[in-house]
Amino acid sequence: METTEFEPKIVAFLCNWCTYTGADLAGTSRIQYPPNVRIIRLMCSGSVDPTYVLKALLDGADGVLIGGCHPGDCHYQSGNYKARRRIIALKEILKQAGMEEDRVWLRWISASEGQRFADTVRKMTEFLKEKGPNPMKREWAV
Amino acid sequence: MQARIPVEGGDVVAALRGFLRDLLEKEVVEAVVVPMVTPSGAVTPALVADPALLDAADPLTPVMGLNAARVVGPVTIREPRGKIAAVLRPCEYRALIELVKLQQASLDDLVTVVVDCPGTYTVPDYETMRANGGVDREALLAGARTGEVAPQEGYAFRDACQMCERPHAEGGDVQVWLFGADLSAGIPVSLPDDLAEQLGFSPAEADGRRAEVVEKVVSARTQVRDERFAEIRQRLEEEGIEGVFAACIRCHNCMTNCPICYCKTCLFKSPIFEHEPIQYMNWARRKGAFRLPADTTLFHLTRLNHMVLSCIGCGVCTDACPADLPVGRVFRAVGQEVQAVFDYVPGRDVEEPLPLVTFKEDEWTEVGEEE
Repeated sequence: METTEFEPKIVAFLCNWCTYTGADLAGTSRIQYPPNVRIIRLMCSGSVDPTYVLKALLDGADGVLIGGCHPGDCHYQSGNYKARRRIIALKEILKQAGMEEDRVWLRWISASEGQRFADTVRKMTEFLKEKGPNPMKREWAV
Repeated sequence: MQARIPVEGGDVVAALRGFLRDLLEKEVVEAVVVPMVTPSGAVTPALVADPALLDAADPLTPVMGLNAARVVGPVTIREPRGKIAAVLRPCEYRALIELVKLQQASLDDLVTVVVDCPGTYTVPDYETMRANGGVDREALLAGARTGEVAPQEGYAFRDACQMCERPHAEGGDVQVWLFGADLSAGIPVSLPDDLAEQLGFSPAEADGRRAEVVEKVVSARTQVRDERFAEIRQRLEEEGIEGVFAACIRCHNCMTNCPICYCKTCLFKSPIFEHEPIQYMNWARRKGAFRLPADTTLFHLTRLNHMVLSCIGCGVCTDACPADLPVGRVFRAVGQEVQAVFDYVPGRDVEEPLPLVTFKEDEWTEVGEEE
């Protein structure tokens, strides 16, 4: 029987103004990128509650991508600066709690960076394929 | 100003009661939050307005069931309110500072009296002691004087106290210094000049041994702390947080008793986690089995995210856990690292903003720019 390659699932929380629009641009520009990403559109990277990220990871997402506007470009002035601190704290907590913090990626991708969005998804997919499935996928006792 | 509360006949508790009575009678404050001995002999914080009732006050009772910052919040949070004094342990004062930053308490119209803390017992231990001849307070105060603080034979201090590296009064309006103090010569206090004047205190230098004794106690407890941190970190690495908290029964006592966890609209008390029946079925099919109640690890990780930067290490979470889980050790060990990332010390300074409500534009500029 043919063995199928592990296809990671990435849950992406993208800000409406920059990264989601960047992803849209990747699509309208017909830039190819792996179909491993499931996009959830939020108004701002600053509205990504760390619990969303945790829930995705504990339920077996192989990776979580948080995308926002570059510093200085936030539609709401400072949402991405706050997101930056929040995600830094979250990743440190994951590390200390014995979880794999490198499954969480924060990237600034602007509305004009369709190529950067596609590259990011490709790199993350390759990284997660290399890393293997999220062990939480099989853990029932969490 | 440094001064001394006069002690008569070696009765330190009576001297402290006298100090609090003075605060009321000289109209410095209208009421005092202080541990009180109930008619049945248990100890609870109370807001005392009648100086006569201060006979039941016992600011040095070495028992800690709850963090008193939790009760100071509601009596200070908004006007109109009374002008009050609050007698607090150092960890309670630190929790109060965090609650002020979280807008759940106010330092306005409040005189904080922070008392050095040689160590406390859990409520069950204290009750057992009470039933068996009482607590040897003299030994505890003598230990505070020399720095050789030991719990009563057959008992242990609360887990958090055993590894408390900040048992000495820091900050606060009035500091009551027990460490290094010869209390027969009066209780050394540090207090604002205007308050000293109002109370008729004259300057009196402390013994000068305080720093040395604090250092001794702190270094012994830091050693215990570091051993326990190393142990819990190893467990977290090997078993994961889901392993360390595997026996959790989801009573939420840790959250209810945590002085920092104040949210009235707590996510975990909301219907968000009341999933549709078919959803549980889907999860069970996907993973083969599904732990119930759901979202236990999510609960602990979310709580870490919400309050670990403000965790002041009082350890009431550990005492409140019916499954005897090392909640406080986990939160303190994780907290130490996360707090270090932001160079934040909870309870240090009320002017220091909470790390997650502030930011600088030119920090972590490399984050998010990776390819």
